[in-house]
Amino acid sequence: MPQKSFRQALNEALHSEMGRDPNVIVLGEDIAGGAGASGQKDAWGGAFGVTKGLLGAFGPSRVRDTPISESAFIGAAAGAAMTGLRPVVEIMFVDFLGVCFDQIFNQAAKFRYMFGGRAVTPMVIRASYGAGSRSGSQHSQALYPLFTHIPGLKVVVPSSPYDAKGLLIQAIRDDDPVIFLENKILYDTMGEVPDGPYVVPFGEANIVREGGDATIVAFGRMVHFAMEAANRLASEGIDCTVLDPRTTSPLDEDTIIEMAEKTGRVVVVDEANPRCGMAADVSSIIAEKAFGALKAPVMKVTAPHTPVPYAPNLEAAYIPDASRIADAVRRAMSFSRT
Amino acid sequence: MASIQAITMPKWGMTMVEGKLVRWLAAEGARIATGQEVMEVETEKITNVVESTVGGTIRRIVVPEGVTAPVGALLAVLAESDVPDGDVEAFVASYADRAKATKDTADAVPAPRLVEAGGHRLNVVSLGEGDTVPVVLLHGFGGDGGVWLFNQDALAAGRPVHIVDLPAHGGSDASVPSGRVDEIATVVIAVLKQLGVTGAHFVGHSLGGAVALAIAPIEPAQVVSLTLIAPAGIGPDISTDYLDGFLAADRRKPMKEVLGKLFAEPETVSAEMVENVLRFKRRDGVSAGLAAVAASLGRDGRQAVDLRGVLEATTAPVLVIWGERDAIIPVNQSENLPAKIHVERIAEAGHMPMMEAAGSVNRMIAAHIAAAES
Repeated sequence: MPQKSFRQALNEALHSEMGRDPNVIVLGEDIAGGAGASGQKDAWGGAFGVTKGLLGAFGPSRVRDTPISESAFIGAAAGAAMTGLRPVVEIMFVDFLGVCFDQIFNQAAKFRYMFGGRAVTPMVIRASYGAGSRSGSQHSQALYPLFTHIPGLKVVVPSSPYDAKGLLIQAIRDDDPVIFLENKILYDTMGEVPDGPYVVPFGEANIVREGGDATIVAFGRMVHFAMEAANRLASEGIDCTVLDPRTTSPLDEDTIIEMAEKTGRVVVVDEANPRCGMAADVSSIIAEKAFGALKAPVMKVTAPHTPVPYAPNLEAAYIPDASRIADAVRRAMSFSRT
Repeated sequence: MASIQAITMPKWGMTMVEGKLVRWLAAEGARIATGQEVMEVETEKITNVVESTVGGTIRRIVVPEGVTAPVGALLAVLAESDVPDGDVEAFVASYADRAKATKDTADAVPAPRLVEAGGHRLNVVSLGEGDTVPVVLLHGFGGDGGVWLFNQDALAAGRPVHIVDLPAHGGSDASVPSGRVDEIATVVIAVLKQLGVTGAHFVGHSLGGAVALAIAPIEPAQVVSLTLIAPAGIGPDISTDYLDGFLAADRRKPMKEVLGKLFAEPETVSAEMVENVLRFKRRDGVSAGLAAVAASLGRDGRQAVDLRGVLEATTAPVLVIWGERDAIIPVNQSENLPAKIHVERIAEAGHMPMMEAAGSVNRMIAAHIAAAES
């Protein structure tokens, strides 16, 4: 099986779906690179190189550079989706979606409901997220819990190149608005990715590792730290399941409950801030539906309730890591009710 | 001169690089016969009991239980009791060097390749060498070449082995001619010609058994011998519930349940196995291809393929292997076969005897091939 980067996997998904369906278009800042200016065309392929090559393959009418006005082109994409196109919009940093909440929360997410199911909004908003690249607090947040909160949106947080490709193809074929968030540290991660198109369904968690002592539920980049922690713990004789929900909305509650019941100990790892985040959400689901099976409190490993720091040492301390995850598992293992 | 012999970490399938020694089934000092179950090994994909390929007294267990070791690593040393301890120690000490030397050849994993013939591309993995008649392995419905992971290396000792993924299966293209068994057989024949195969020992499981059998009347010279493991096409019944369930399952839980029916012990199905099948099914076009194949295999519990006449007419030696706990195609279809056919039934196996009783099946196939060539 060919090894490809996370970035290349996303690029293949876009190529595949644009080739398959002429209604698929992409919009965003610098995705065509220099279009309409004197600069070289397709110079960048977007801020992270994901759309490289699309301009040459599909032309400027389907690969459109936009002005720096997220609220305008997200709104345009929502309208285009409702009237028959399948736009894939690239937002450089998820943080910038702050200026488009009305278009997303009140328009795109509501069309299907407000029009009695007779309108669909097949749009995808792709954006980078996450800390660790020294980008400062307005370019580093993990905002998927915000979108997860809104009914009518689907939210995807892939952790591997394989999932990135299959989930993006599913997102583009999906008839609802999808927020597709890519951890910027993962773009160069390598993994096995089939050449042809395939879909990974939403709401289906991936059991990355199977073990009977504790379950680590982790999102996006945190899956890698969870695996690192699980491998360390294995050498101490603690055998962990690592669960990657892959999508936060819909969320595969069944598998989370199943693994919580099987192992009795759960650690939830989330790069987002702790209040109203995925760790809090998953913990509450387990507390409500698997309480009887728990051998220890559900442990949360999250970022602190602060902005993402710019100082490198503080930014490093901000992001959950394998040591903190392993410690949380050890605390769950040694918990005693007496 | 093999007075000191090694038990090493086996290699199952293409991607295995290491395995965990879960349990020793014999202690130091015990006498082991060839074929005796000696240890249990676990990989990311599967756990299995390993039969020793050598015989003797276990003098040293090198890798203890719970430890993970790379493929080819020395796990234990067998020698007769008159071999001095010093020689055994020297053997252990020298093994690290030899393992390193053989590692390079072990790492030269035969790359899967897409072989095109008649408008279809089939994924083929070839291993083993020699001028002898090759073995062709054909998997069953919904499977791929990976089902032979416990057999391929044993069969490839001294002869070429071609593991072919059938159309709409494994790494092959999703397109199928029509789903009909004889048309699948025609595609396989064309691919084997591309490979330069002019006569082979066919080992086919389930659907692959029917395909192997269907090759015989089309291209008799191609079939030197047949090993049919729980084959489709020679009896009335088949679990179409299984076929339908496999087609319908697109998520982990239902797929795990469906795959469990294949094995006498359903818990054999690991999360990794389920994930691999789902990954295959998620590819564009595969569902349609599989549905076409399933429709040609049977409906309402009855088989739609009848190769009984072919079985009776073929002049190639035939071995039929069946698990007595087969829930997909009943074992009673191995009864009342033509007298010339050699039948082996395996008490503890379900529909996957080549995985569930790999050592026994490997010996049966080797003996059948040897007899066919004598």
